[in-house]
Amino acid sequence: MPLSDKDRIFTNLYGAQPWNLAAARARGDWDGTAAIVQRGRDAIVEEMKNSGLRGRGGAGFPTGMKWSFMPKATDGRPCYLVVNADESEPGTCKDRDIIRHDPHKLIEGCLIAGSAMGASAGYIYIRGEYANEAKVLQAAIDEAYDAGLLGKNAAGSGYDFELYLHRGAGAYICGEETALIESLEGKKGMPRLKPPFPAAVGLYGCPSTVNNVETIAVVPTILRRGAAWFASFGRPKNSGTKIFCIQGHVNKPCNVEAEMSIPLRELIERYAGGVRGGWDNLMCVIPGGSSTPLLPKHICDDVLMDFDALREHKSGLGTAGVIVMDKSTDIIKAIQRLSAFYKHESCGQCTPCREGMGWVNRMMLRMVEGRAEVDEIDLLEQVTRQIEGHTICALADGGVWPVQGLIRHYRPLMEERIAQYKARSTTRMAAE
Amino acid sequence: MNPTHDSVEPADFAFDDASEVEIAKIVPRYPAGKQASAVIPLLYVVQKQMGRLTGSAWVPKVAMDVIAARLGMAPIRVYEVASFYYMFNLRKIGRFHLQLCGTTPCMLRGSDDVMRACKDAAGVKGPGDTSADGLFTLTEVECLGACVNAPVLQVDDDYYEDLDYDRTVALIEALKRGERPTPGSTIGRQTSAAEGGATSLTEL
Repeated sequence: MPLSDKDRIFTNLYGAQPWNLAAARARGDWDGTAAIVQRGRDAIVEEMKNSGLRGRGGAGFPTGMKWSFMPKATDGRPCYLVVNADESEPGTCKDRDIIRHDPHKLIEGCLIAGSAMGASAGYIYIRGEYANEAKVLQAAIDEAYDAGLLGKNAAGSGYDFELYLHRGAGAYICGEETALIESLEGKKGMPRLKPPFPAAVGLYGCPSTVNNVETIAVVPTILRRGAAWFASFGRPKNSGTKIFCIQGHVNKPCNVEAEMSIPLRELIERYAGGVRGGWDNLMCVIPGGSSTPLLPKHICDDVLMDFDALREHKSGLGTAGVIVMDKSTDIIKAIQRLSAFYKHESCGQCTPCREGMGWVNRMMLRMVEGRAEVDEIDLLEQVTRQIEGHTICALADGGVWPVQGLIRHYRPLMEERIAQYKARSTTRMAAE
Repeated sequence: MNPTHDSVEPADFAFDDASEVEIAKIVPRYPAGKQASAVIPLLYVVQKQMGRLTGSAWVPKVAMDVIAARLGMAPIRVYEVASFYYMFNLRKIGRFHLQLCGTTPCMLRGSDDVMRACKDAAGVKGPGDTSADGLFTLTEVECLGACVNAPVLQVDDDYYEDLDYDRTVALIEALKRGERPTPGSTIGRQTSAAEGGATSLTEL
């Protein structure tokens, strides 16, 4: 049974209706918000834990547990909710639709989540390129203030909560939570060493929790319909619904909210019109945004789209950006372009990343041509292992995983490319 | 880019009235003593004002000094932020900023054709170049986050999606004529829904 529309949270995903408050209320937003906030933080956190919601920004950390790390009693410092709307992982465009088409789900979620962690204010950090989306979100925030849904006694809940929008300026690294905080404080977006974690020392040195847009935006619906409803979708520990961004070599690329643990093939064929040229024309899929290693077709045939199933195949659900590649793809070039991305986006703080992403990209550029020795494939693999796990943040890990996935699954193709190059240069030499 | 290296640096900079209105909304968003948080928003205000007044949206160094004074920051802190983030143009650019995504999801859907169309129609040699008529600057940018509508070209703030060679040429020709086509899908799709009709949310 496919997910029915009545069980979809984002009923205005495609913007068929207006985003404004009146339309949002008609879709069920801001309904009984005061009563939800008045359940109290312990009850809300407990319900979120029971729902099984795991963070939608890529790492998949249990949301309820994350909120429970916030201090119960104040030591005089304010607490902050920070929403990560820096959606920049190649292949990911889900938060954009929430922000421009359903902003009130996010704003209501901010109030509820903020109250559940004792936050007096929230900051939404949106990527700079989403300028038009930021205009919509700011207008929706203004609308919420005018209607008394934010500010003092927000939504009549007795809870005071301020919400602000902040635009970034085009740096992928600011999606890393501590780099985001640095950026929000007016500095270069360079990740902080942890510990201390943001729940102890975050924005302006105060306890903070950073959550993804989709994570926060599903909160009001979960609390209205109940943890059991949300947990009824997907396999245990992988519960709920999720927005998938299906793109690349499919007949009809689209965003769609589907149930977790849906088979990859069903996801592509039911919602995105299938693979260009038919399923047998599939080469591989990057299942969860650029950082997640690719899966060749034989795995795609029956893999389920959830955290645990994809991890078993040494990949991940990540942000659920599903990048489909058919047999016409130069897969070495497709992965090299990702290496170029990570090289470009390295903040330069840690040597293994600053230097290593350049090494990897330069070696990958030669692999695209085949201008290499076969044992350099092992050297490349070794370089990625020297980078992985040796940096402050996970950018470098995400940068080398795609290359490791390529070597794991397409090593014969890389060797063939090298052999072809050698054959061409031998012919050239013979002719000279 | 070195913010000090530019021959067209203006002698001075002052916020105009429209910018002051923006600044009055921005600064109170941050707690007292944390005004440095407003540095990125104020750099945008400068870039917008330059675009409005001179036709080239960029951030001169003198304006960074004005921001530093306004927010009580050392000038170097403003310079390093301005040069760390990619969206601030530290030298003069064309009237229209063509920002073409070339990352893998767009590459798979034909961003190379869009690149070719930009070169042909806008008269730029490649990324980083400004056309002789001063109308267009082309930049290859990293993932713009509109991947199900790839390939994507961002013109100033607006996303143009689902492009191919011909539609990119048509877009650039329209810009030359002083028109501003409606942003979004260039094949008439409903935003991120499947082409030819949504494949979910059809029962509502």
